[in-house]
Amino acid sequence: ISTPFMASADADDDQLVVNGEIEMITKAPAPAHLADALDEVISGWHMRSDETQEMQADDFDNPAMIFVEQAQDDWNTVMGTKDKSCASCHDNVEDSMAGVRTVYPKWNDAKETVYTMEMQINDCLTDGMGADAWKKSGAKMARMEALISVQSRGMPMNVAIDGPAEATWEQGKDLYYSRTGQLDLSCASCHEENYGNRIRSDHLSQGHINGFPVYRLKNSKLTTPHGRFKGCVRDTRAETYKPGSAEFIALELYVASRGNGLSVEAPSVRN
Amino acid sequence: MKLSTLTLAAIMTAGAAIAGPVAPADVVFSEGAVAASLSGQPGDVANGAKIMSSKKLGNCIACHEVTALSEAPFHGEVGPLLDGVGDRWNQAELRGILSNAKLTYEGTVMPAYYKVDGFNRPGKAYTGKAADGPLDPLLSAQQIEDVVAFLMTLKDE
Ligand code: HEC
Ligand code: HEC
Ligand code: HEC
Repeated sequence: ISTPFMASADADDDQLVVNGEIEMITKAPAPAHLADALDEVISGWHMRSDETQEMQADDFDNPAMIFVEQAQDDWNTVMGTKDKSCASCHDNVEDSMAGVRTVYPKWNDAKETVYTMEMQINDCLTDGMGADAWKKSGAKMARMEALISVQSRGMPMNVAIDGPAEATWEQGKDLYYSRTGQLDLSCASCHEENYGNRIRSDHLSQGHINGFPVYRLKNSKLTTPHGRFKGCVRDTRAETYKPGSAEFIALELYVASRGNGLSVEAPSVRN
Repeated sequence: MKLSTLTLAAIMTAGAAIAGPVAPADVVFSEGAVAASLSGQPGDVANGAKIMSSKKLGNCIACHEVTALSEAPFHGEVGPLLDGVGDRWNQAELRGILSNAKLTYEGTVMPAYYKVDGFNRPGKAYTGKAADGPLDPLLSAQQIEDVVAFLMTLKDE
């Protein structure tokens, strides 16, 4: 008789070193604000199969890198009425964007609100370049975020949650613990109370976004944090929030802060 | 309109003859348990097993392992192993756990299968869109009875 039951499967002890040189912090002591909830934060990489894990360990095997290359072309492409490319203002992405991903979302003083990287990129496009904004969570946006994130690979996430960002962070925290939909589940129901457990065929992670944008083998595309949140909320049989909405911006800040201390892994590979 | 005793009696007789299922809002819980069959009919064990395995219906095995259903793929670990559950609980208690598990286990992640209101941002099934009318329960009264009948067969030894 066959036994379909999975061996109890907690996070494995594998180590992620990308290209044989970038050592990723995939487990870290939980940030202070999570002390009541978790001892350790664990990258979703640990919950994936060996094959999927290996794809992420080498850029030649990582299917997301093709999108990063496309974004490198976008970076150098003149767009909009002001005849500028991203490079016109930011030169080499390797230098100008190193470390940027670790602090997003972050408070924007001039706009007096929490900014996601996506909002900043759209400001650069519209105000800086006289070009059209890109679709929120769309393919072009996702690949540019991937290119910018690659410049911070290995560096620990370190988003600020105090000061002017605090109210938004609190809103995100409320959303994280609010149950939604007819299944009446919150993010915490799955990613805090049940990480390490299987739900149907899926091995539940802590739901961090240090690996985003992620390449999903399921649809061969890059997924942004808001795209993932939308899918998870939908799976509670709820009306979702929209990518780019105030709710998802707050949730992104909060979820990012739960992963403070984990390396930027983007673009990671997931099923 | 004022009903005569005669018409009232006629309506009541007709009502009894077509005794439909108990509506989700009318289910009577006693310490989490529900004494009477929701559909007024006995449950079908084989159909209960099907409902528990089917992703489109109960999808119970998404969260629970059940040895008797080992032919269906992908059993989850979020809830306890259901082997022997027919010894741990009686029929009324199992009916209650299925209808609204929160009345037995406060704050549980197990969904309420016979409940249609009191939800935050209820959606139209798995579309991500807002519900466009009153919700149906996750399982019908008869489907709950079928699952309860199957669970009652899960005895140790
Ligand atoms: C006309 C000049 C200009 C162009 C062209 C431009 N940017 Fe910017 N960008 C800026 C300025 C100025 C800032 C700093 C804004 C601030 O701090 O408020 C900035 C900030 C950023 C940041 C945040 C950096 C940080 O440290 O927080 C990102 C990411 C970014 N730009 C991406 C892009 C991308 C992608 C493009 C092309 C699609 C682009 N920019 C084109 C001027 C430009
Ligand atoms: C019904 C269970 C469930 C709920 C509720 C849920 N998720 Fe998920 N989530 C999953 C599953 C299953 C996956 C895929 C496996 C994994 O990475 O955990 C996932 C993946 C994720 C990931 C990707 C992690 C990675 O490393 O790739 C993020 C981020 C995430 N969820 C965030 C959230 C947030 C935020 C909420 C609440 C708005 C939420 N989830 C609610 C089941 C759920
Ligand atoms: C999202 C997860 C989830 C789903 C789906 C789910 N359950 Fe549960 N169930 C649980 C959890 C968790 C418990 C344990 C109660 C607790 O501690 O919160 C439980 C408890 C039970 C119990 C009591 C178990 C015992 O050992 O005494 C029964 C019976 C049960 N579930 C049956 C079902 C059936 C039948 C279905 C489908 C129609 C189902 N469950 C769907 C999570 C789930």
